[in-house]
Amino acid sequence: MGKILLALLALAPALMAAGAIEGEVQKQSLNVAAIVMFFIFVAATLGITYWSARRTKTAKDFYTAGGGITGFQNGLAIAGDYMSAASFLGISGLVYLKGYDGLIYSIGFLVGWPVILFMVAERLRNLGKFTFADVASYRLRQTPIRTLAAFGSIATVILYLIAQMVGAGKLIQLLFGMEYEFAVIIVGVLMIIYVTFGGMLATTWVQIIKAILLLSGATFMAFMVMVMSGFSLETLFTHATQIHPKGLEIMAPGGLVSDPISAISLGIALMFGTAGLPHILMRFFTVADAKEARKSVFYATGFIGYFYLLTFIIGFGAIVLVSQNPQYLDAAQKILGGNNMAAIHLSHAVGGDLFLGFISAVAFATILAVVSGLTLAGASAISHDLYASVLQKGNADQQKEIKVSKYATVALGIIAIILGIMFEKQNIAFMVGLAFAIAASANFPILFLSMFWKNLTTRGAVIGGSLGLATAVLLVILGPIVWVDILGNAQAIFPYKYPALFSVIIAFVGIWFFSITDKSGDAEKEKEAYEAQFIRSQTGIGAEGASAH
Amino acid sequence: MDQATIEKIRNNPKYQKLVKERSSFAWKLTITMLVVYYAFILVIAFSPATLGASMGGITTVGIPVGLAIIVFSFAITGVYVKRANGEFDKLTQEIKEEAGKA
Repeated sequence: MGKILLALLALAPALMAAGAIEGEVQKQSLNVAAIVMFFIFVAATLGITYWSARRTKTAKDFYTAGGGITGFQNGLAIAGDYMSAASFLGISGLVYLKGYDGLIYSIGFLVGWPVILFMVAERLRNLGKFTFADVASYRLRQTPIRTLAAFGSIATVILYLIAQMVGAGKLIQLLFGMEYEFAVIIVGVLMIIYVTFGGMLATTWVQIIKAILLLSGATFMAFMVMVMSGFSLETLFTHATQIHPKGLEIMAPGGLVSDPISAISLGIALMFGTAGLPHILMRFFTVADAKEARKSVFYATGFIGYFYLLTFIIGFGAIVLVSQNPQYLDAAQKILGGNNMAAIHLSHAVGGDLFLGFISAVAFATILAVVSGLTLAGASAISHDLYASVLQKGNADQQKEIKVSKYATVALGIIAIILGIMFEKQNIAFMVGLAFAIAASANFPILFLSMFWKNLTTRGAVIGGSLGLATAVLLVILGPIVWVDILGNAQAIFPYKYPALFSVIIAFVGIWFFSITDKSGDAEKEKEAYEAQFIRSQTGIGAEGASAH
Repeated sequence: MDQATIEKIRNNPKYQKLVKERSSFAWKLTITMLVVYYAFILVIAFSPATLGASMGGITTVGIPVGLAIIVFSFAITGVYVKRANGEFDKLTQEIKEEAGKA
């Protein structure tokens, strides 16, 4: 038990954001209700893809759905992007296992959103076109900044994708009784179809539908748990503490966040990392203007916060309804499929086979929506930043650029399938943590300072951003998760699991130092160009509008 | 944007007001959010028993505190959006009109 706890702690943020199921899983018998409902979902989303494909003609349509998504729709889609299968299963599983600590994690994943709204959202919308590199390179030299930003985006996307694919394969194996490889291939192929044919419009609607399904399913489960408790949290907690082996301890912080350095470092990774994730940033270009961009975050924060409240109730509900029911336990009295299956078993306990099927199909849909958003962001970095801006110097033919984007989508899809299969038995726990660390230490500092600091120069951004990226990667390798757990060394060279506190500081200091010491003529011009950029970021004059259709 | 427009906007008192007020508002809210979150984290790191104290029954102080932070995060985005989409956008619109860019 203690070992499982430790392992869970080590995985923690990674687990929440990505691969739901770690380690070996048992293939279940074929779940017919789940498969039928999943087919309905797939048929509906393919219909949407067909509809979207007919409306996706220009590059703007492909990357941003024409910029005509409303704030409310985009808020749902952002929530759909952010609430992965793992935050559903992982956080409810963590609550099931540790009670209050699960809530601490959810809060960490939520508090970045208000800050994104206050600092980033509207400036991003006013300055950007298709990718966050548009903003970062607005007044700096295109080639080096775009190359670095694209590299940061692609690294983030691929790490995140692998974690999602491996989690997807295991989850589907467990829920649907399919072969692992088969499950990974289905996810990869569907995601390629959505993105290549339907672009951002299809991706957005897949995310919206998934968000609605997930929120409805979780609402029903939490509602049933509250009915059972007579709508009294006190009653629910009383039952849970009577049953749970840790008793009253589940009502208090339990050592998940023990030393302040780790706590702060994790907080920075979650907050700045969220603000540097390319697939999240890209969503801000799908709305018409700054007003809608702000509304997007307002709704997204509401939906995500509500979702975390539900997972908390669901976790406690599972303690009461699942942990004592022999139907959901193995011979050793452990929950079937591991703690992350708590919500799945609870769905059966409150709604029978049919509702279990529904929740399983929703979990699958959730994975599809998240990987589609990721792939689109990765493909855009390749086609818009590397191909059109770096190779073609901004003179690329629009149709060719879209074509490159589609090839890139197919390539990323195939890479994701291959890596997903290769990493089946590997420890992938570090991957989402690393993705967040890179996003926080390379993407975010460049983006933030390009909008907020006049004296930023190309040299500073490139050197500082690269330093941040290199530090994040190095410290993850030297840290406890890779150095000890994977490479088998006795002691970690870098003692903390989350490098963000250090790598983010190095990035900011590096950017600052190499900018202020940059005395080149280009640097002067870049500083002079700040004012025009600043006025546009404040007023939206000259910003990309929505396309007419 | 040409140099004349830049000059015109820069010298518009409404623009100066917009930048000053919005930026100070955004920073204040950001700092509030950071203080709330990191205060919570520091209590967990240094004094977990505070949050584990009973509120009379089984429910502990940490439960309403945690739920309140979630609700607060949502509410504070609402506060910003309300002012930005009303007052600040109105000001922005006037600036654009005066610069001939509306």
